Amino acid sequence: MRCRKCKGKAVLDVPRHHTAFCKACLTEFVCAQVERAISEERMFTKADRVLVAVSGGKDSLSLLDILGKLGYQADAFYVDLGIGEYSRQSKAKVERYTSARGISLHVHELKEDEGAGINDLADLVHRPTCSVCGTLKRYHFNRTAVEKGYSVLATGHNLDDEAARLLGNVLHWQTEYLEKQGPTLPDSVEGFAKKVKPLYRLAEREIAAYAVVNKIDYIVEECPNAQGAKMLLYKDILNRLESESPGTKQAFYWGFLTRQKTDEQARPSMAEHDRAVLRPCVTCGQPTTSEICSYCKLMARAQKNGPTPVGS
Amino acid sequence: MKVLLNHPLREVEVKGPRRVREVLQELNLLPESVLVVRGDDLVTEDELLKDEDRIEIRPVISGG
Repeated sequence: MRCRKCKGKAVLDVPRHHTAFCKACLTEFVCAQVERAISEERMFTKADRVLVAVSGGKDSLSLLDILGKLGYQADAFYVDLGIGEYSRQSKAKVERYTSARGISLHVHELKEDEGAGINDLADLVHRPTCSVCGTLKRYHFNRTAVEKGYSVLATGHNLDDEAARLLGNVLHWQTEYLEKQGPTLPDSVEGFAKKVKPLYRLAEREIAAYAVVNKIDYIVEECPNAQGAKMLLYKDILNRLESESPGTKQAFYWGFLTRQKTDEQARPSMAEHDRAVLRPCVTCGQPTTSEICSYCKLMARAQKNGPTPVGS
Repeated sequence: MKVLLNHPLREVEVKGPRRVREVLQELNLLPESVLVVRGDDLVTEDELLKDEDRIEIRPVISGG
């Protein structure tokens, strides 16, 4: 197979675009898609300081790599969830990547700051691990970005992540979540960082190929807690559809975004809505829709049920 | 050829010569869900793999 752009030896076929790329043209394609996402969705500019939430996986490390190539000011933030060998390996990959390139890395240690790893915390509060993980990560991503003065927080969510999440939300008619499924969420109120997903135009396979071609040493192993996760099932179903009909995932998610933009003109903006419903948590001051935010509720419950004091 | 698979990590033997797409079909894997790596290089579905080749089939899907 030859590269459609330069006729060199192809390393990846991209059926959804009826094309194939060699190493250099794949890197160029990926960077161009990210640059387009940043500019079309008004995510940030070269004057902004961007905090990238990294896990040691292909998406977040590739995002950090691409932003560096494109000349953006990007630092990294890693949450150590304390999942045994998996966390040790993923943290080591993040540290190696950032130190080799002189990128500032901020780390939050769950075991030190919350007093327990994610699995123990989930047991204490009797909630699914992935749900507790989501609450903790969202809280610390926002808090760290705001406290350390970054104008925007970027995550490595890709087209497959967003299409799978959309499928899950639609299947269960979780319409309240649909509004927050865009690639840019505004910094509507004091204490809220702007959140962006610059990889939303790229399929998971394209990003993995970018990581391999650019020799990014990422953790291939899956989080042990993700086994049997619904997201994996939704992704598998979407990939079956994609194999039969290339372009299905982008038609589904991008089509949703187009409709969302049309609807926006007819109703209050997300920022207006946020300003109407959000107020500071009475415990920690972070924006929340109730008196106490989900994180503080979770930590209070963990403290109540814990055999030993759990940090705050 | 030797085929290294992940999740869980294991090695299986597949008779060559065979195109990448045929190997994926035999192992019941969706091309959209994996990358095929030979040495340091990615290979496309039409690549002919020899009996003495050693490849890694790397999953690209993560739980997010």
